[in-house]
Amino acid sequence: MNRLPLERKVLSENDLIANRLRERFLDNRILCVNLISSPGSGKTTLLEKTLEHFPKSQRAAVLTGDIQTENDANRLKRFGFPVKQITTGGTCHLDARMIETHLEDWPLRDLDFLFIENVGNLVCPSSYDLGEAAKIVVLSVTEGEDKPLKYPSIFFRSELLILSKTDLLPYVPFDVDVAMENARRVHPAIDVVKVSCLNGSGMDEWFHWLETRRHSCSLRLPQQQ
Amino acid sequence: MHEMGIANSVLTAVLAETARYPGNRACKIGLRIGELAGIDPDSLRFCFEALIKDSELECLVLEIQPCSRRHRCSCGHEFAVKDYDFRCPNCSSAATNCVSGDELELAFVELEEYEPITT
Repeated sequence: MNRLPLERKVLSENDLIANRLRERFLDNRILCVNLISSPGSGKTTLLEKTLEHFPKSQRAAVLTGDIQTENDANRLKRFGFPVKQITTGGTCHLDARMIETHLEDWPLRDLDFLFIENVGNLVCPSSYDLGEAAKIVVLSVTEGEDKPLKYPSIFFRSELLILSKTDLLPYVPFDVDVAMENARRVHPAIDVVKVSCLNGSGMDEWFHWLETRRHSCSLRLPQQQ
Repeated sequence: MHEMGIANSVLTAVLAETARYPGNRACKIGLRIGELAGIDPDSLRFCFEALIKDSELECLVLEIQPCSRRHRCSCGHEFAVKDYDFRCPNCSSAATNCVSGDELELAFVELEEYEPITT
């Protein structure tokens, strides 16, 4: 019997495509972010409010993933920016090949921001590098404060945590401090922005994070995962 | 539930590796899975066994090596993190960095001589 050491990542094929995408994003100075959350945490609403805020001249586009329906793309197309739905047909996450295929006829030189809205799932999308500069995890206040401890993988790999639906805080038993402490136990350096898409609080901080991150993305070395 | 896709990627990598060694087939594969990888080992094993059933890889054994989260302190000490406690057990510093725990890697493949039955 002959044992051969391999020492390679299981998802090396996905990573190869992801690195190709990352280079294209860097060459074109695009900030690509990959939004991940449980179903119903408010990713699409956050993107609606983001596109609504952007001037029409803003160079932004969205790829939105779901298992079925074009509903999210239809919601997001109303703002006049390029939007494509990726319908996975059952797969619980997006992979790098899906992103590459759906970008085929989009001239990347025309973009500054590319938002990828992953399939609503807090587990599987965390394993797949899509070539993004940053993963962003969205956690709503109607979920448990212990989610970061229950699903450490995605909180560990995300650069930013967006705490959403903060307008509901008076009505739900959600302790923000405990949730933040849990998130930082998993990922001490994670950035946090608290937003309400309903009353607009915290949205300026989110827009500021996007602008700052875009300016730094062409300077920063891509994160290897 | 992406373990089926992961199991499929493992098998694709095994087949690519063994193709370089004619007259051999894989009999055992080693996989390193970190506690932060978001992979359920039992589910992965179930998917793996479902994929190889009734195939020429039916005898392939999957060895899973779980990897704990490890941090390194500026004092040089490296330690396994338990219950999200990142403080260095050596000097009590909280300024420690994660150095492992999110692995999803092929560690090794074991080959045996094999002649396909031709009819």
